[in-house]
Amino acid sequence: MRAALLSLLLLAALPARAEEVVAGLSQSRIQISTNFDGSEILIFGAVKRETQIVEDPALQVLITVSGPSEPLTVRRKERRFGIWVNTDTVEVDAAPSFYSVSTSGTWSETIKDVEDLRHRISIHRAIRSVGATISGTNDFTEALIRLRMRETLYQTNIGAVTFDEDTLFSTSIQLPANLHEGRYVARFYLTRGGFIVDTHTAAIEVHKVGLERWLFHLSREQPLIYGLMSLTIAIFAGWAASAAFRVFRS
Amino acid sequence: MQIYLPIAEVSVNAFLLLGLGGMVGVLSGMFGVGGGFLLTPLLFFIGIPPAVAVATGANQIVAASFSGVLAHLKRRTVDLRMGGVLLVGGLAGALLGVQVFNLLRARGQVDLLVQLSYVLFLGVIGALMFVESLNAIRKTRAGRAAPTRRKHGWVHAMPFKMQFRASRLYISVIPPLMVGFLVGILAAVMGVGGGFVMVPAMIYILHMPTKVVIGTSLFQIIFVTAFTTILHATTNYTVDIVLALLLIVGGVLGAQIGTQIGAKMKAEQLRVLLALLVLLVCGKLALDLLLEPSELYSLGTGKAH
Repeated sequence: MRAALLSLLLLAALPARAEEVVAGLSQSRIQISTNFDGSEILIFGAVKRETQIVEDPALQVLITVSGPSEPLTVRRKERRFGIWVNTDTVEVDAAPSFYSVSTSGTWSETIKDVEDLRHRISIHRAIRSVGATISGTNDFTEALIRLRMRETLYQTNIGAVTFDEDTLFSTSIQLPANLHEGRYVARFYLTRGGFIVDTHTAAIEVHKVGLERWLFHLSREQPLIYGLMSLTIAIFAGWAASAAFRVFRS
Repeated sequence: MQIYLPIAEVSVNAFLLLGLGGMVGVLSGMFGVGGGFLLTPLLFFIGIPPAVAVATGANQIVAASFSGVLAHLKRRTVDLRMGGVLLVGGLAGALLGVQVFNLLRARGQVDLLVQLSYVLFLGVIGALMFVESLNAIRKTRAGRAAPTRRKHGWVHAMPFKMQFRASRLYISVIPPLMVGFLVGILAAVMGVGGGFVMVPAMIYILHMPTKVVIGTSLFQIIFVTAFTTILHATTNYTVDIVLALLLIVGGVLGAQIGTQIGAKMKAEQLRVLLALLVLLVCGKLALDLLLEPSELYSLGTGKAH
């Protein structure tokens, strides 16, 4: 009897054991080729459970996709001597090159601030800027987010996850054309009453392929050869185009 | 048709790039200038990162000038000795220019440097050209011949004189070295060939005969921009060959059309038009500096150290 009571208590205390996320992606590898024009990934999954569905508080799903992080500088212009000049600079230690947050419900019913703080889920929390010296650093972070949102590199898709019967969920994320190479991570959070019940991660590899890959790596690893090659190709192309025009005219 | 540029890491419409190259090509063919001063700002405008635009611009100019130099060499309208002296100055200038460029890029001031250089040079040269060609038009209307230029000036008072046979000049090497040096800096910082500075300087300061001016300046430009391309490619990794190729193909075809339009117009009229174009670009860039931008913030990659 006591053992049964204890296990019941344990179950109540650890609801995470009861419901698990099982998820998949339409593609786990994105190839940037010459005609790359952005890409859409379909994210789907289900909640695996051994117990009855609890209706209240409702179960919610939150999905983030983040690109490789990199250090950044944000600059602000000010009027000096009559012209607009970059004056103040804030360094951001690590900002994801791509970041999207999609939820099944409104932000407040999907996740509590405490959980957001702990897991760095919202865009603001995902950007780290420590040791900033200029007052009003917040403006700079806001500007970073605003600029990246304009290029759809940062996205907040509230209510974009469809969640059926508290079991099946799916959403799609639009990746823009100006994507950087690297390992992208999709994180799934299952929440109830704003508290995280279970998490799951999956990786998406974004790579340049073919000519793009070859040129990019050559330019980084053998810059002199790449430079000389660029010149040779440029001179040849210029000469060939004018020669072709001359033949065409006569 | 969208095309992903491997170095710039942006996706741009290929026909837009061909069109831009072509448009600048038409103008450069009409006026006999390289067109770098138009192309580089246009590349900024369509969202190519400034560092990539400047470095790729240099690469494109090499190609655009190559067939021109071949034609001038065939017609013997290149002063190779003068070209060599200008080149020595140019290479030194390019080396310094790339250093300055990299330093200011790290400080986040490279856009300002590029814009200020454009406003300054385009403004001065555009205004000079405009006034000069208006005067020429007025004088030909009045029926008087254009005045012959002074043959002797401060250029002749300097030491280290050298004989330049093709230009029929015996002058100090210091002024051509200085002109070359300045043009080298411009090539590295602005992503231009610098013909729009060098050609007036050769005519008005060095007093070279007009016949050899274009060929000699093209000769110098090819080597200086080639050197700049290599410097940018090895220090900044910012030369985008795919971007350059599209601009070159468009540019060469446009230049052929432009040459034919140019042949049908009078030299003075062409000069007035070119001066107006130069002033227009200058005015646009000056406004960008003077008016409050709609977005005060900008992003830079890496850390600012």
